Amino acid sequence: MSTPFQGRIHRFGDEVNTDVILPGRYLSLRRPEELGRHCMEGLDPDFVNRVRPGDILAVGRNFGCGSSREHAVIALKAAGITAIVAVSAARIFFRNAVNLGLPVITCPDAAAALREGEEARIDLDTNSVAQGGRTWEGAALGDEVRAILAAGGLVQRVRQALANAA
Amino acid sequence: MRGKAVTGCTITQKILAAHAVGGTAEAGQIVTIRPDVVLLNDVSGPLAFEQFDAMGATAPFDPERIVLVADHFAPAPDVTAAGAIAMTRGFAARHGIRHFYEPGRGGIEHTLLAELGMVGHGGIVFGADSHTCTAGAFNALGIGFGSTDLAAALAMGQLWMRVPESIRVELSGVPGAYVTGKDVILELIRRIGSDGAADAALEFGGPGLAALPVDARMAIANMAVEAGADTCVFEGDALSAADMAARGMAPVAAVAADAGATYRAGIAIDLGALQPMVARPPSPASGVPVTALRGQRVDQVYVGNCSNGTMTDLRQVAEILRGRQVAPGVRMIVVPATQKIWRQALAEGLLEVFAAAGAAVSTPTCGACFGGHMGILAAGETAIATTNRNYRGRMGHPESQVFLANAWVAAAAAVAGEIVPPDEIATRFALEAA
Repeated sequence: MSTPFQGRIHRFGDEVNTDVILPGRYLSLRRPEELGRHCMEGLDPDFVNRVRPGDILAVGRNFGCGSSREHAVIALKAAGITAIVAVSAARIFFRNAVNLGLPVITCPDAAAALREGEEARIDLDTNSVAQGGRTWEGAALGDEVRAILAAGGLVQRVRQALANAA
Repeated sequence: MRGKAVTGCTITQKILAAHAVGGTAEAGQIVTIRPDVVLLNDVSGPLAFEQFDAMGATAPFDPERIVLVADHFAPAPDVTAAGAIAMTRGFAARHGIRHFYEPGRGGIEHTLLAELGMVGHGGIVFGADSHTCTAGAFNALGIGFGSTDLAAALAMGQLWMRVPESIRVELSGVPGAYVTGKDVILELIRRIGSDGAADAALEFGGPGLAALPVDARMAIANMAVEAGADTCVFEGDALSAADMAARGMAPVAAVAADAGATYRAGIAIDLGALQPMVARPPSPASGVPVTALRGQRVDQVYVGNCSNGTMTDLRQVAEILRGRQVAPGVRMIVVPATQKIWRQALAEGLLEVFAAAGAAVSTPTCGACFGGHMGILAAGETAIATTNRNYRGRMGHPESQVFLANAWVAAAAAVAGEIVPPDEIATRFALEAA
């Protein structure tokens, strides 16, 4: 069970790939604070100056396509993003986000409706998004994804599995 | 343990079932897969090693089935990158992983993995790199993941995934002059879009396969992810079997789809009807025939990467460059994909052809393809590259741009200083006297 949380929306369009989320020249970095400074630099260098802890992304189709770089998720989290509401997300990005505990809610209607700067409310227990009296429900998450999120990420889930096996 | 035979299965489902805990793999099912090989590089590896430790894992599942390749920031351009490679080298040493490769003995991971004879008919590779799908060329499944997923695979020897539906791509005909595997995949992505194969596997087969050598299949398979595919796989045939033998692999029967297999969609491509294609920035899905871009100026020509850095590509480049010069004001960088390919190109005299034409020849590296090093673009610059992505800023400054094309087209652009159909090179640029 998790507590619903609220955040300010930043909008991005379709096909936001991981190269623009975290450009390749920074891939030898690993520390979240270093990666967070370059978040979205390929698309919007001013984003890091506007984003605040707790903010939420509303994005278009195929978000996070391209490179498998987990650095993109680390950068978004370090920049303060707490959830992504997407028309659709690319497979590897979606898994990376879930594994690191960054929820991605696949919900085309919500992603289309949310406006820049609006405050939206996320309820992970119901996988839903609410804003100004409107509520949308995201595509259902599978059991495995819910188990990883419930454990707090894949590291914790594998840690438990290894401990149980020992 | 081999999986249970279920009728009506695609190649993908059969290969997954044979590696699945429980032995079945039907479309939409969540399965736990035990891969044959786990592949990481100097960018995805260090994050995975930290997560591996954080998971409390003490030993990887099987050191013999783990391959670590320093290829992205290699040779190391700076101290930070050198540290990441040192960390990768250290993980290999600590856990007795003998398959660790770095410049001088390695190459770009996906090309190298095939060369090592570690991927063939019916195999599965889990790689912490989106272009792991290159393995599809060999009637195998290459599936890309992020670092934390592969940390779990290192620790457990298995990972969950959803079994995809398949999209059948039926190839027919014989490609004309200057048409290659690159053109097949650029045409396919143009047709279905950058997420046209999302949640699906692309399966390539049909009578046209015989006209596509294994290098061309690698160029096609490599970019399956650019169509959003979970993975891809080619039918096996005499060419893929001969390729396995040449790489020292024991013969294994190819995995074929059942006659009654169910597909999400079918796509037909007549190889004979294709022209050389060029994908315009900023999307691999924005391909047009090369003739539509005639006259587009280029500052840099880049031949290499995990899709098109093979002997086939280098021979095509040499055929254009032999007796000709890279145009004034244009720089050309040629990056053989592996050390073995580099040495073969040396033995065939190709490196001399490139150097004599005014091209720079690099040691194998992912280099500038991902905007790392060894050929980064400045603001306002334009490149044509045989690589697989041309997103905004992919090879450098956000205000630079990249056109994607096959090696013939890239070499022709180097000579002309602008995009030109390669069949016009012979008439427009006469050979210099030797």
